[in-house]
This record gives sequence, structure tokens and C-alpha cells, in this order.
Amino acid sequence: MTDDLEYSDAELRRIFRDSRVVAMVGASPKWVRPSHFVFRYLQQKGFRVIPVNPQNAGEKVLGETVRASLREVPEKVDVVDVFRNSAAAGPITDEAIAIGARVVWMQLTVRNDEAAARARAAGLEVVMNRCMKIEYGRLFGELGWCGVDTGVISSKRLRVNR
Amino acid sequence: MSERASFGFETRAIHAGARPDPVTGSRNVPIHQTTSYVFDDAEQAAALFNLATFGFIYSRITNPTVAALEERVASLEGGRAAVAAASGHAAQFLAFFTLLEPGDEFVASRALYGGSITQFTHSFARLGWKGRLVDPQDPESFRRALTPRTKAIFLENLANPGGVVVDLEAVAAVAREAGIPLIVDNTLASPWLCRPFEWGADLVVHSTTKFLSGHGTSMGGVLVESGKFDWSKGGKFPSLAGPEPAYHGLNFYETFGDFGFTMKARAVALRDFGPSMAPMNAFLTITGIETLPLRMERHVRNALEVARFLESHPRVAWVSYAGLESSPWHALAKKYLPRGAGSVFTFGVKGGYAAGVKLVESCELFSHLANVGDTRSLVIHPASTTHRQLSDEQRAAAGAGPDVVRLSVGLESAADLIRDLDQALGSG
Repeated sequence: MTDDLEYSDAELRRIFRDSRVVAMVGASPKWVRPSHFVFRYLQQKGFRVIPVNPQNAGEKVLGETVRASLREVPEKVDVVDVFRNSAAAGPITDEAIAIGARVVWMQLTVRNDEAAARARAAGLEVVMNRCMKIEYGRLFGELGWCGVDTGVISSKRLRVNR
Repeated sequence: MSERASFGFETRAIHAGARPDPVTGSRNVPIHQTTSYVFDDAEQAAALFNLATFGFIYSRITNPTVAALEERVASLEGGRAAVAAASGHAAQFLAFFTLLEPGDEFVASRALYGGSITQFTHSFARLGWKGRLVDPQDPESFRRALTPRTKAIFLENLANPGGVVVDLEAVAAVAREAGIPLIVDNTLASPWLCRPFEWGADLVVHSTTKFLSGHGTSMGGVLVESGKFDWSKGGKFPSLAGPEPAYHGLNFYETFGDFGFTMKARAVALRDFGPSMAPMNAFLTITGIETLPLRMERHVRNALEVARFLESHPRVAWVSYAGLESSPWHALAKKYLPRGAGSVFTFGVKGGYAAGVKLVESCELFSHLANVGDTRSLVIHPASTTHRQLSDEQRAAAGAGPDVVRLSVGLESAADLIRDLDQALGSG
């Protein structure tokens, strides 16, 4: 990625390993949207993904009920994945802090440094301008399958489970 | 050691894209000689076809052996992602098909491999793409040829066959100001001698048939994306940064970000036209790349020795090798190719066309054939072969006039190469 944000592979790998429930804010029920791709991918990798989108509240996305807000998610949320613009990421981050999430993850092109500072002060981990699907694929051996440079070099056999 | 560290070029030439196989532990990259891959279930198959998950469907689009090569070249170029193709020509086609609509234009250096000039001016013209050829020695000539429909600038940084070195940084500035990508054919330099992304290029193409494969065994090409071009800016590339009708309205740039161009080149151009690289060729090319740094060092050392010999030979009219102090491109070569100016260059033999033909036919060690970048030393007379379909004017502009002989200096003993050329030139 061409930005000044740096997240170590170890940090990102730990986030994936320690997380089970992802609340995806801005999840779209349309299959052709990027959020839908990530939703489905994370589900296939064993995460419980809960869609949050006031416009589609009550509908189903890939078997999960869409919630109107983070506060209405009945599960304990590990990661709040933000598929909204950078300005909207501010109040979403505050809500993530309020519900006791551990990680705020803002997707590609989404970045809000003030919100990130508030989250970190509250003890949350923050990742910005990265895609959960791309980073998972990169760290767990799948991204290179489509010709992307993962930057991963190792003489150890790849462990496919996270 | 799997931490994302800045490994050196030599390490990446051997390891990038090639971890031991997760199932068997196979240390070398397996040759996945298969057309297809089983699906876990219908749901996973649908996700694969929709590009919603990573995985393999059909080797026309992706293949694990080819993927290892793609990641390796992307790494060596300092790019984000790459897609391999059946040849360098095919890689160029993938690049332009992903960028251009019918009626669009591009500006290209006129100092190019003859086959590229033919591809651009004849075959691409039939698809409605207009390539304007300009003099690469004046970076401003690219700017003067721009129109509102220009979607890219294309050049060879070290041109085949004329030994021309282009001022990459200056042309990259023209492209950047115009909001269009600069595509650089880095075949003759290889990423060991020059990495065009470091000078502002946005896309790199290679004929991997040449130095990357390196042994004259395998056809191939690759298209690499820097990951730094903003395809959404200026609205020039609606099929990359907007809904793509050929893929159910998918927005490739929004979905895949800094490798969206490569995903579209693969999922649309490679899928629909099918010029994919064979797994065996990918394997041989991967093996070749492992010794790229060592080979390039010897290639440029031998080339300089041979060029110096020719420069002093009474039957040689001129030598165009950017590694020689006498070359008008020597200063640019020192800037862009500090490790050496490659090993493909031209010289003029006294006596014109007939003398050129006689020379290539008299070589006993140099092989008379139409390739470059082999371990073996190669010789050709472009005017009667690779560039014969061009006009006299185009030939001269491409550095392929009647007296021109092109060498690709290999890895043999330099003294043997010099002795062969000496006898072929004849004494006095």
C-alpha cells in the first residue's frame, strides 16, 4: 500500500488469530459490491460476520440478519470493519469503543486519524486503509495465487489454517 | 523469517512467490500441469467465478506455477502485482486492452523492437487504437503528441536494437501531468539493471523469453503494475474505476485497490482472449530468474569487452552501445543503468547491407537467429529480418538501417566471442 501507515505482519496475523466475530458496517446485500466479497470471504474462513446497515435492517445477508447499528448486534464483537467513508468512520469508531470491540478496521480508502487516536486511547487496535480480505489472503498464502506480491518470504511450509 | 522485511534482490530472485508446497513440502515450485481445479462445492465455485474468493478455476486464467512466476517478477520490479502471458507481445496486448477503448490513442517511442511497431501501427489500428510514434530522445515530443483521447505512453527504456536510452524520469513527468500511465518495456534491461517504477513508470511489460528466462527455452511475457496509479482520477478509465460490463458491473479499482488493474487484465483480457503462459514455461522461467543477477553481471561485462573490440576494428563503421563512452546515451545509461547497459547492441559494418548479411552468415560461434537474452551469443541483421516489414524511414528511426548488425552477447568466454567476430569481419 502506498501510504504512511505501517502494520506489521505479526500485528495483523494476531488480529486475525484472536478474532471470531466481525461486525461489518456498510455491508451491502448486492453481491457485486466489495463489502459483499469481503463478507463472504471472511465467512468462508470461519469468522462470524454480522452485517450492520440501517438501510437494510432486518434483511438477510448470506444467512445473517442485518442490524441497524453496532449497538443492536447481539454478539460480543471483536472487529468492527468499516465500509463507509472516512468522515462516517468517526462516529462508527465511537460506537465501536462504546460496545467494547477490540479492533477498528477501516477498509481501503477509509482513514480517520482523529477517530483512530480516540480508539487507541480507549485501548482498541486500529487498522486503516487496508482490506481484511486482501490482508488475510496475503498473510495466509492465497493472495499470491492471483499474481500479487505478498512480500512474504519463507523456507517453512505454509500453514493454511490461521 | 516470514515477516515482511526488505529482502535483497538476490534473495527475492530465488524465493519470492515460492514457499515450500503446503501439502507435500516440495521445495521447488511444482509444475502444475493441469487445466482445471476441483471445487469444494457449488457455493465455493460461485464465489470463485465471482472473484469473491482467491483460488483456481482454469489455467487460462490462473495456475499455481504461473502465479509463482507472477509474484516473483512483481517483487523484483518493486511492483504490486503481475499477470503472465504467452509472450511479450501478448503481455502488451493485455496492457492496452485493459486501458483502451476503440477510438483511444497512445503515444509510443519510435525506438522499439520492430515487432512492437508492427503490432502498434497495424494490428492495434484494426482494433481502433491509434498509436502515435515519436522521437524518444526529446521527452517533450511525447507531450506534443498528446490528445484528449491519449490513454498511455509506451517506451523501451533500453531500446531494441538501437542502444537508445530514454530519459525515463522526464517522460514519466509528462505522463503524470497528463494523468495517464507510463508503460515501460523493461525486457532488455531486466529488473537487475533498471527498475522503471523507481523512476515514475506505472506499468512494466517484459518478454520473459529474453533475460528473465535467460536460456532461450521458453516463450513468455509479463505485465506488472506499480500499484501507485490512481485510476479513478480524471475519469479517463471508466472500465477500471467504474462498473465493468464484461464482469457483471464489477468495479475493479474499488474492489481490489492497488492491484485492480492486474485483476482486470486477468479477469477480462486474459480470460476472453486466452494468451496464457504454459506452466512448464513458467517453471523454466522461474528457474532462470534464480540466476538473473549473476547472469546479468556477466552479460554486461562480456558486452562491454565485445563492444570495445568492435569499436577498434577497421571494418566497423560505428558501435552503438550505451556502455561505451562514445555513445550519445552514455550519460543516461550511467543514470538509469548504473550496473551496465545490457548486452544487446548494434554496430555498423562497412559495406552496408551486403556486408551485414555476409557477417552474420560467417559467424561460427554467434548464432544467427531472431532472439536476444540467451546464454548463447546471438547475431542478426535486422534490416533483412526482424525489421524487414518496416519502411526505410521507420527502419532508420528504429536503429535498423541497412548496415546495422545486432548482437546479443551471451555468457561464453569473451575472448572466444571476439575471435569469432574478428574472423567473420575478415581482416583488412
